[in-house]
Formats: sequence, structure tokens, C-alpha cells
Amino acid sequence: MSRRVNEERPGFPGALRALGGVGGHVGAPHVIDARSLTGKAARPDRHVPLVVVGAGPAGVAAAVEAARAGVEVLLVDEHPVDNDMMAMDVPLYFGGRMQPAVRNRSLMLERVVESNPALAAAAEAGVDVQVGTYVWAAFVPGPTFRELDGPLLGLADERRSWLVGYERLIVAAGARDVVLGFPGWERAGVMGAHAAAALLTRYRALAARRMVVLGSGEVGLRTAALAVKHGVEVAAIVEVADAVRGDDKAARALADAGVPILTSHTVREARGRTGEVESVVLVSVDGEAKPITGTEREIACDTVCLALGLAPSVELLALAGARLRFSSALGGWVPEIDGSMRTSAAGVFAAGDCAGVHGGRLGDADLARSQGRLAGLAAAESLGALRPAALSALRASAAVPAAAGAEVHGHWRAWLRSLIQAGGWDVNVCQCEEVTRRELVETRPPRYLAWDSAPMSARNLGTLLRDGPINQDQIKRLTRAGMGPCQSRRCREQVGLLLAEATATPVERIPLPTFRPPIRPLPLNVLWPADEPPAMREDWVSWFGIPTQFSPHWEAGMAIDEPTAHGRLIVSEE
Amino acid sequence: MSEPSGAAVVIIGGGVTGLSAGWWLARAGVDVLVLERGIVGWEASGRNGGGATHVYSPFGLEEQRLWPQMDDLLGYPTEYQPRRIGVALTEPQWALARRWAEIGEMRGFRWESLDRRQLKELVPIVGDNAIGGTYLHFGGHANPQRTVQAYAWALQDHGGRILQHTTVTGFTVRGGRVTAVETTRGPFGADTVVIAAGPQTGLFADMLGVALPLAPARVEMIATEPIPLMPTGGVAGNGLYGRQTLRGNLVYGGGPHEWVNVPDMAAPEHPNSPLVRNLARRLAELFPGAAHVRLIRSWGGVVENTPDGLPVIDRLSDPDNVVLATMSSVGFGLSPAAGRGISELVLHGRCLFADLAALALRRFADTPPDWRERAGWVVADARLAETR
Repeated sequence: MSRRVNEERPGFPGALRALGGVGGHVGAPHVIDARSLTGKAARPDRHVPLVVVGAGPAGVAAAVEAARAGVEVLLVDEHPVDNDMMAMDVPLYFGGRMQPAVRNRSLMLERVVESNPALAAAAEAGVDVQVGTYVWAAFVPGPTFRELDGPLLGLADERRSWLVGYERLIVAAGARDVVLGFPGWERAGVMGAHAAAALLTRYRALAARRMVVLGSGEVGLRTAALAVKHGVEVAAIVEVADAVRGDDKAARALADAGVPILTSHTVREARGRTGEVESVVLVSVDGEAKPITGTEREIACDTVCLALGLAPSVELLALAGARLRFSSALGGWVPEIDGSMRTSAAGVFAAGDCAGVHGGRLGDADLARSQGRLAGLAAAESLGALRPAALSALRASAAVPAAAGAEVHGHWRAWLRSLIQAGGWDVNVCQCEEVTRRELVETRPPRYLAWDSAPMSARNLGTLLRDGPINQDQIKRLTRAGMGPCQSRRCREQVGLLLAEATATPVERIPLPTFRPPIRPLPLNVLWPADEPPAMREDWVSWFGIPTQFSPHWEAGMAIDEPTAHGRLIVSEE
Repeated sequence: MSEPSGAAVVIIGGGVTGLSAGWWLARAGVDVLVLERGIVGWEASGRNGGGATHVYSPFGLEEQRLWPQMDDLLGYPTEYQPRRIGVALTEPQWALARRWAEIGEMRGFRWESLDRRQLKELVPIVGDNAIGGTYLHFGGHANPQRTVQAYAWALQDHGGRILQHTTVTGFTVRGGRVTAVETTRGPFGADTVVIAAGPQTGLFADMLGVALPLAPARVEMIATEPIPLMPTGGVAGNGLYGRQTLRGNLVYGGGPHEWVNVPDMAAPEHPNSPLVRNLARRLAELFPGAAHVRLIRSWGGVVENTPDGLPVIDRLSDPDNVVLATMSSVGFGLSPAAGRGISELVLHGRCLFADLAALALRRFADTPPDWRERAGWVVADARLAETR
């Protein structure tokens, strides 16, 4: 193979003519554009046949099953996440309710490992278990990305990042709380149920004494019971519907323990003299979710826990190339999967809550384990570690129970309607970028531009709708809702629901905004590579490095080229 | 909504070049229709560095004249901010920064050299690794996403029409003229057609029997969380282009590109690659004071280049009612002027404010069909297949 770097003769016409005749140019040396990615593609620091992301019940079961079949498995989990990440509500809505102990990294590592005995079992089964490790990207070769030999994951801890190549990937990334705002929801103490459960059980570091739980479905009741068990007083469970939505028995047990359950109620405001929640104002609603004035009651609490439901964490699946579909009964956008938990992306599997939150239950461990086992077996079989016959035998024992669930978006819509009617339109929908519901539906430019013009005022969601279907990415660009450091974890669902509501569009017709790496907000000096191939540094230019591209037109032919690490600076007359 | 109908001028491509041209035409009272495959400004037009400092170009003076007026002219915000600062970490980088400044000086613009202390006062996040810089009293930057939408809305406000989600599939040519543009929504009659379809411009030219050498490539950018606003956001250097947005995010790109093919009219994928890590490193070198800042987003875009990296803005002779417009990967900043130039080509047969001879298609008359291979501007697979 003859390769020559095209240093002296970049592809502008003068150089092309210098190459000589067009025809009969057989056996010409193959030139390479030194400024292109060719030969500089990142190499993985490590290659593993199977990577499992997420060490919940599904991920551990998958990893163990595959390891038992003889597959080399790397199992990564981001917990314990560091305090700074928690403070940004990543990956869960921690709402500033962490105890200072979360700053003690070794203590948190100890607790997270201790609280998950399955991790030790996985390690015993031969799985390489790495906790405290973020997965911030999946890079997959494609039609416009061929300079990559195989798929890679971007991993990082609090100090550095690295790349791991994989042949099979099982994503068991769990779910995230669905968040709907109300006046005062920016205060510390408004948090998500999933985050509360993590802080209670895995970190043992929840700084809450008196909690009001919003939502009486499985998530709400389970969170309330968990809080009570850990000594947190539950001042009320609030439900916008006229009846408890979750299991009767669980609700009765909570009522017996003295937890008031207020149905047909919504939140008007979270109050506090400082940035902290000190009380929450509730109000009764009628059959139309409309607040009934005069029924307000203020309940003292330091924590308001949103337990309305869960949304599958599909960001890594999306980056890995898995097609998503909308299923309200599974919590919204979920990966398309077959009977073996295979997604549409080659070699990529999904298991547990990220494949769909069945019946809105908070981490249905048995179902997650079954799905994990299946994914682990199928991955092992596809790697040739299991005979197909062995797989079908094992598959029978890991059969996934049929999931019967009701759609959840109608319920979330009822909550949203009640919150809008109780709290109004001037409530932030996006906290990071401070975009209110009104600013969102009026597609107003961000406040810091202080822009006002008649044409701008005439534009809104309605005028956009005349030009084409509503696209959440487009609205995001215009209003900035969803463009902040929490990477739209706190607003993705409510923006989608609001756009659906405001344009009378079914929520499944509002396309999911795109996910881009890094799917965890990591510092530049963590993401940067410790070293780079010499060619990456030496031939780096800001744009294409075409010498004539930026030459002054009045000095035709004069080349201007960017310096590289060689110290090259071409300012030459052609 | 009435049945879609043709227009005096049909523009193929709702990117920044086509939208600006359409806006200038609509302002002049011309019946204009923009056909866009997806959403306006969705591809490279809305994904770039937002730089507005291209005084080397035949459109350069008009670019500098127009940008400060664009918010008022359009009626919508572009987030245009004047002035640029160049940061140099090495002598060659400083020489390049000065060269940029001097090109401006040749056109009558002012600039100053900055020592490290002055640089640090203006850009508090630069470090002791900076050796100096340039302060340009010209140039600037704007928000690409907001600007493309502003063009689109302003065009509509002047009576122009935009059809999104409409893919052009071919042309009806009669008597040496394109009489209609065929699309997935049926044909649209046209007196004049402007093809400003980015990487696909060459494919459309090909349908008309015209060779327009274009090579598409994928490029990438990164964005950090917001940090406190610096007095001048248009700061770049160390092989990066970009800016601090008015929200405070550091948004930068640069480094190696990947040559790709866009074989059909489908929207190209533009994934990111592990290059985002190298970009993070370059940015932290440029701004050591921001090395701890978090990266929250990255994106990619597909842009096209001609063999000399210069635009092709030209009115064809056969068919004689078609204007080709590719900005060769440098379209956003020049768009106010380029759109105006294109509108004049349509209306008057020539650009009245600048000499576009250097941008004519005929300079590629001798370009061999395998020019991409000869330049090494080829797709990875194609290269491998050949070398086997």
C-alpha cells in the first residue's frame, strides 16, 4: 500500500493541474489529506467483548449470566456520583437534599458497594466491576463516520476519561423521575422519588426530616414507605386524582402509620424564606383538575418529593444507535426490543427500567432480573459462548412475565393541568435556562437578550405549527428550554407535555429531542485525553487547511495556511 | 391552506444562504418560495461557530457593513456581537493572528496587538501559556440558530413562502430553461431557480448536466456550561474557532474533519466522534482558567468544499435561469452579503456591490473527475477499497 501525506499539494486547482493529465492515471500514489481524521481515529484504551452499563438488578443479572457462560464482562455503574454532579441533579433529581457526607468519596464508595451485595456476587462470578464510573458516550461507526474500527464507549471517573471498545453492549441504565414544576420548585428540597430512594438506600445520606410526597401510584407509595422506614416523617401524600392510584394494601399500611393521603389535591406553591423549602401549599381540585379557592392548606416540610412516575433513561441507547418507540404504558420513549432484549442496534441489548418502566413501578427488581438474565444469555450466545440449545433452555427459566400496564401520560397531563391552573403560566419549565411555561409556548427569545419587536411578538407556537409539525429541538433552539447543564433531565418530559398540550398534539407525536455526547456533564480537564497521537497535534488546524480558502480575494492566489505543531506557517505567493 | 403553487424565484435549500437570498428577494417585492427538505437552518447553517469576520472575501466589506444592522433589518434577534480577539499560544499562532488582522487592515479596519497582560484583562480565562494576541475592531459573531430562524421569519413577513419537509426530486427543463422544480409535493413552476442546497448542491447541478466539484465533510463542535460573560465573546485561537455565547457557554470547533459522501437527498447523519475529547483539550489549553468547566453538549455537521475552498456563486448559461450557490463551508458569517449578492444575480444578472469573478464556476472547467482522490479528500471506505 502506497500512502503519501498530501502536505505540499492540497487539493486546489493549481495543485491539481500540477498532477498532470487526467486520463490513464493508473497507479497514482494514494494521497491522504493530512488535515483529515484519517489515521487519527481514537483507539480504545481497552477492548471488552461485553460491557454492561448499570449495576442495578438487571445489569448485575446480565453480567453474571454472561460471565458464567465464559464471557469476559465489564460491568460499570456511575454510583456513587460525586457531589458536584448531584448538585446539578445528574443523573437523578437530587434536589439539593444530600447530606454533607456525600463529599466523602471513599465512604460513599463503601456504602454503595455495601448496599448492593449482588456486586460482590458478580465479582465472584468473574465480572470486572467498576463503580463510580460514568458512561458519557457511545461512538458508533456509520455512513458519515467511517474512521472508527468498531463501537466505543466513553467512560470517566472524577479525574479522567478513557475509551472502551465493545462487541456487545447491555444497557441497564434504569429510569429517571418525571418532573413537573410549580412555583418555588427551584428551592432546595424539591426532589425526585428515585433520587430520594438512592440517597436513602444506597448513599444513606438523605437530608430530609419531613417530606410531602406528590403522587400516590406505586412510586409514591413505595417512596413514602421507604421514607417512613428510614425515620423520615411523611407529612402527606398528595394525589391529583380522586382516588389512590397504587396498591390499596400499601396505601392502607401508610394510612395506618399515620400518613395522610390527600386525593383530589395539587400543589400551589413551595415556600421558604431562603432558598430552602419550608412548607408547601396544597389546594383541592375539582373533577377537571381545577383548584377550588379557599381550600388551600400549608404544610410545613423540608422536602417535596415528586413521585409522579418514571421515564426510562434511554440516552445511552439512543447514542448507541437503538431505535426508540413511544409507549405510554412503559413510561414514554423506550427502545424497540425483541424477545431476547435485543435492540435495533447490532450487538446492543436493553434490560430493566431503561427498556420500559412496567406499570410505573419503581425498579421492579424481579422483572429487571429476568430481563437482565435474558439479555446476558442472548449476548453470550451471540458471542458464541453458549449453544443456541442451551440458550433456549435457560431462556425458559428467565422468561419475562408479560407486562400489563396502563398508559401514564394521561395522569401526568392531569397533574400538569392542575399545576398550571394552580400556579399559572409564569413558572419555570426549565430551571437551568430560566424559561417559563409562557415563554415556552410563546417561543420567546431568552430574557437576557431583552428583545422586543412587533414581528417577534407575532410569532408563537401557533405560527410555528403552520410551518410544520412541532419539533422539540427547534423549540429548544429558540427558547433555550432544555439547553442547560442538567441536560434537560428536569424538563424533558414537561416540555414535551406542555408542547403537546399547547398545540393539541398527541404527546407521542412530539419527537424526542436529540441526545448528544457527553450524556453526563463532565469537566474539560476530565474529558480531555491524556495523550494524543502525534498526527492529531501536529496537523491540527481550525478549519480544513485549504491554503486558498481564506486568501484575500484582491491578492488572488495568495495562500494563507494555519500553523501546526511543526511551526509551519505558509504565507506564500502561488 | 391553499394548494402550493410556483413562484417567480424558487430557492432549493432552506439553509442560511438560501434563506438570506430569499429574504433579500422578498424584501425587493419578489414572489419567492424556499423548498426545504427538513426544517429551516437544520444542517450546517444552524450548527456552526457563528463567526462573522471574513474580510478576505469579495463579500467581506458588505458582511462588515450589514451585520451591525441585521437585528433591525430582520426584526428578530441574531445575537450579533461586534469585535474579535485572537489568542496565540505559540509564535506561529501569533503570526497567523496578525496575518488575519493585517488582511482587515488592508481593507481599512483597525486592530491592535495585545501583550499577555492586556489579553488577560480582556479575557480573564486565558493563562500564562498565552504569549499575546490581537484585538480586532472589526468582525464579530452571532447565534446561528437564532439567525437562520430570523431570516426565515423575516422572509415570510415580506410575503415570501417556505415549504418545509419538501424534497426536490428533479427539474423540468424546456427550451434551455428550468420551468419547474419537481418535489415530493409535486412540481413548482419557476422563472428563476436558486440552488443553495449545501452538500447536495452538486447533485442538483449534476441533474442539469453541470459539473460542480464539491466534497462533503463531517465536522464537530462542543459547548460548555455557561460561565460569567466576558466583555468580548468573540475570542478564539489555538486551532479553534468559536465564541462565548451571550448566555455564557463556550462554543468551539476545529481540528480534523472526515470526508464523507451524501449519495442521495436524505439528511446526512452527523454523529460526534471521540474528537470531542481532543477539542476539550484544545479548549482547556486556550482557556486554562476554564479547564474545570463542564462540557454539556457536542454536535456535528456536514459541510461541503470546492477544490479551492472558495464559494461558487454563479448564474448558469445553460439552463440560463439557474443560480448555483455554495459557500464552500464558510457560509454563515457571509450570509447577509452572499444572500444579497445572489438576489442581485437573480434580479440583475450580476452582483452590483462586489466582483464575483473569482467565485465563478468556470475556474473548475479543467478539474478532473477524480479530483477528490487526487487531493486525498476521500471517504475512508473508498480509500481502503482502492488500496487493497
